[in-house]
Amino acid sequence: MVETRIQTPSARSIQLDVPGWPGNIAGQHLDVRLTAEDGYTAVRSYSIASVGDGERIELAVDRLPTGEVSPYLVEELRAGDQLEVRGPLGTYFVWHPTDTAPVQLIAGGSGIVPLMAMIRSHETSGSTVPFHLLYSVRSPRDVFFADELRALAESPHLRVTYVYTRQAPPDWPIAPARITTAAIAADAFSREENPVAFVCGPTGFVETVADIMVGLRIFAPLTIKTERFGGK
Amino acid sequence: MSARVDGNALAGILSEYFRLDTTSAIVQCSGCGTRAALARELVYPDPMGFVVRCERCEDVLMIVVDAPGGAWLDLRGVDGVQFRG
Ligand SMILES: Cc1cc2nc3c(=O)[nH]c(=O)nc-3n(C[C@H](O)[C@H](O)[C@H](O)COP(=O)(O)OP(=O)(O)OC[C@H]3O[C@@H](n4cnc5c(N)ncnc54)[C@H](O)[C@@H]3O)c2cc1C
Ligand SMILES: [Zn+2]
Repeated sequence: MVETRIQTPSARSIQLDVPGWPGNIAGQHLDVRLTAEDGYTAVRSYSIASVGDGERIELAVDRLPTGEVSPYLVEELRAGDQLEVRGPLGTYFVWHPTDTAPVQLIAGGSGIVPLMAMIRSHETSGSTVPFHLLYSVRSPRDVFFADELRALAESPHLRVTYVYTRQAPPDWPIAPARITTAAIAADAFSREENPVAFVCGPTGFVETVADIMVGLRIFAPLTIKTERFGGK
Repeated sequence: MSARVDGNALAGILSEYFRLDTTSAIVQCSGCGTRAALARELVYPDPMGFVVRCERCEDVLMIVVDAPGGAWLDLRGVDGVQFRG
């Protein structure tokens, strides 16, 4: 492990140097295996926020208070520590710079991580495919990659919209609330544009959003790709 | 362990035994006949392994047990698997 950066009050990003890392495409994850002194092991999946070649990769982890693995990664891991990882993994929840369909991204909390890789890949590849990101967070402090997203949203090819569930900025026109059909419909492409969608976050969030999206009838069902992170 | 994830979470364990990524493979449910990418199916992690259920009818499709000697793949609810190159 090389370096960490605070992302939100409960999350940080982690830079890893992985010798022999073959590079990864946007949306892939890896598995982290922790082994205790008594041999007990715990394996958890973490999405890769970085894209492309090179042996330096970035993860971003949110701490679950009662979790086995995430508190260690967020609070205890130090520069120089070794981690056992397996990856890159997955070929389903991925975006390729050669893809041509407009992309609707919807993230809940740490579900931004694989979508951030897609946004970075979109930017660095010079793709002009329209990207919409709808990002549900508890409060403005809970935005991962906030400065970078602000800068990237200057692009004419990326639109970023926030949904605040607990606390909104002072001048925000909408009272804090769970993501609604109206919020999703307002951010959506038209059916004629044949968009595809990537939805990622806690399991309950992903399933709620996916149900709403199917109901909107904008997306052909198989073009809505989901990745459930677990929990409720 | 998490209550429910999906087939994306199986990529790691299966990568130990399959050269191609299997989470994009299409799985056919023997209960309801639905065909879907493994990544779309519902996955219940358990200390013993993973129970995979059909996203449509929620019948058990397969059980993946990660044992020290190797993985055990119980395909009790699967009619077939289509791999795409
Ligand atoms: C493909 C994939 C990619 C993932 N990528 C990331 C990522 O980039 N960043 C990240 O922070 N996490 C990610 N996760 C979630 C991660 O794998 C762990 O589940 C998470 O860090 C919790 O692990 P833990 O050991 O701390 O908690 P555990 O000890 O496993 O669980 C503690 C408690 O929290 C609940 N819980 C578990 N997961 C969640 C959740 N996501 N939300 C709410 N409650 C939960 C459990 O039901 C349990 O009650 C990903 C999961 C998958 C399947
Ligand atoms: Zn079925």
